[in-house]
Amino acid sequence: MRAGQGRAAYAYLAPALLVLIGLLGYPVYQLVLISLHDYGQEQVSGGAPVEFLGLGNYRALLGGEQFWTVLTQTVGFAAVCVGGTLLVGAALAVLATRVRPWARTVLFLAALGAWATPAVAGSTIWLFLFDANLGFVNEVLGTTGFSWTYGRWTAFGLVAAQVIWCSFPFVMITLYAGIRAIPAEVLEAAALDGASTRRIALSVMLPLLRPILLVVTIQSIIWDFKVFTQIYIMTGGGGIAGRNLVLNVYAYQQAFAASEYGLGAAIGVVMTALLLLFTLGYLRALRRSGEAL
Amino acid sequence: MRLRHLVFAAAVALVAACAPVQSGPADAGGDERSGQLRVWLFDEVNRDAKDAVVRAAVAEFEGSHPGVTVDVQYIQVQTRAERFKAAFSDPKSAPDVAEFGNTDLAGFVAAGGFADVSADVAGWAEGKDLLPSVLDTARVDGKLYGVPWFVGVRALYYRTDVFAELGVEPPATLGEIAPLARRIRAAKPDMLGISVGGKYVYGALPFVWANGGDIAKRDGAAFVSTVDSAEAKAGWAQYTELLSDDICPPQACAGNGGDASVEAFRAGKAAMTIGGDFNRKSVDASAAAGKYAVVPLPGTTEGSIAPAFAGGNLLGVLSGTGRRTLAAEFVQVLAGKKYQREMYEAMGNLPTFADVQREVAESDAFLAPFIATLENGTRFVPVTPAWAKIDAQAVLPTLIQQVATGAQDVDTAAAAAAEAMNAAFAS
Repeated sequence: MRAGQGRAAYAYLAPALLVLIGLLGYPVYQLVLISLHDYGQEQVSGGAPVEFLGLGNYRALLGGEQFWTVLTQTVGFAAVCVGGTLLVGAALAVLATRVRPWARTVLFLAALGAWATPAVAGSTIWLFLFDANLGFVNEVLGTTGFSWTYGRWTAFGLVAAQVIWCSFPFVMITLYAGIRAIPAEVLEAAALDGASTRRIALSVMLPLLRPILLVVTIQSIIWDFKVFTQIYIMTGGGGIAGRNLVLNVYAYQQAFAASEYGLGAAIGVVMTALLLLFTLGYLRALRRSGEAL
Repeated sequence: MRLRHLVFAAAVALVAACAPVQSGPADAGGDERSGQLRVWLFDEVNRDAKDAVVRAAVAEFEGSHPGVTVDVQYIQVQTRAERFKAAFSDPKSAPDVAEFGNTDLAGFVAAGGFADVSADVAGWAEGKDLLPSVLDTARVDGKLYGVPWFVGVRALYYRTDVFAELGVEPPATLGEIAPLARRIRAAKPDMLGISVGGKYVYGALPFVWANGGDIAKRDGAAFVSTVDSAEAKAGWAQYTELLSDDICPPQACAGNGGDASVEAFRAGKAAMTIGGDFNRKSVDASAAAGKYAVVPLPGTTEGSIAPAFAGGNLLGVLSGTGRRTLAAEFVQVLAGKKYQREMYEAMGNLPTFADVQREVAESDAFLAPFIATLENGTRFVPVTPAWAKIDAQAVLPTLIQQVATGAQDVDTAAAAAAEAMNAAFAS
């Protein structure tokens, strides 16, 4: 590439770069800066001097036993949610390509309804449905009095189901569009060559859908790792004795509600770094298998 | 490579040289005698009743202060922390006078949010009648940062019809509560023996205090947690015993706070609960109406009363106010005897003046157990900004819930809570 071309390229990129720096770079810079200081409400409102701690907040965070428990829980919870979302979304996308138009319309309307429901409202409605004494689910199952949000695993399961319910439509619609975009001639040619349905799905459709699958997987990982609303509302801020905490709720409870903004920022930085690592690792793994985004 | 080192060094220098933004300390402000006085009060379920009294006080104040208008805003209790933090960070958007809970006091004062009103109260004719124990809840390091507007204490609510049917008497000691509650639930399996909750800290603390324990003790300038002392642990054990399947099953009760605990009693699903004088109106409008009575929560020995938590709200002057004198004068009107009496009639809020309190107690037999509890002496949470953190991190609810769910025994849970508290005290 000649020098002149490079300059022109940068000039075209400049507006986007400026927006990125303003909307992403500066906040991240502030976040890192705050995470290196003892920065509480007293410091914000000028009642006490700001003290530079270096990595003190990180040491306090990573040295705490609970952080590691919460981190493990978050990773496990996000993994279940991502897996469930992809599975349900993909299954329904395939279903949508196979059914009559009216059934497809109904399916899409139902999915869009779930997608459009605000997280707070959706979580609250699920709580009503699963209420121990008055809930519809317990009424149907004949388990009146059983509290779904009490046990650690039933609570996590319930919240995971809610998260999957409100995030599968994105996967379903994106994959449906992807399947529809596969040229009919390709599938026809494969069929004429004598490939079975299974073989067509695995060796023709799946590779063609790969870029789309990649995008929805990364999106889902990022979303589900950062779940806050559902856990906060459905388990009453982290469950009995905090056993349903995930990182975002933990950060809110330990840091922001307690006015420890420095520590909260440190948790934010750790989360950002972890998400970047996940995403980069995933991209590398894909590149190695011969597929670039 | 060298370039990379240079960039790294520059980045370190940049980070080390800068500090996060800080709003300057709220300057003492001016002292204008006219214009608009801004007031924040807490929103209530029955706000109209509160608003009527407040409007009368505002009218009286505006009448005696020509050229002054009072703008009252109602803020939500749930989001108060965010609202006040924002107000302290930006004095321009802050009110001049605000209502706030006495447990928030230490944190707000440390944040530099409220002004010292010791001199104003000392020079106020009605001020000398304020109850000393209540006034203590407005004090940090010997200085007053607000005027107590009302107090709230909790006592034992019980169902008279259930007790009469089973031929039992209200418990005479704390130790009698568990066997009694167990007996009631055995006879009436669809009822909770006593409705308590895993997050109901102010319901649990009297058990700790009655057994001779405390939350923390002062050690020089700092606080040290005492939730793991032998006495405190006896209290935790006695309270968490109530959170068991044959009294108040953890499945239903472990996630409850004070409101949810009283709610089960309101729904007619509990034979007893620990409720405040402020819960009366809602209980009177429920399934339990007319079928309940209240006694003081008993202590460890017969005839004694367990020390209660002195809850309540204060009216304070914000340190960034530009109308210091007007603000203090408005506080003395709204928190004065006349409007405390009216607030009692409108909302049932217990007055903070000795004489006004006696007056309303004589006219209303319902208040007797609450007044007896108050006169027995109340206790308070540690007056330190760390308390807000301990509260936000749910340290004590976690202690109760760990024991109630059987995940940990009292010793382990109390030790973990003490460690978390000491970390907060030290920071």
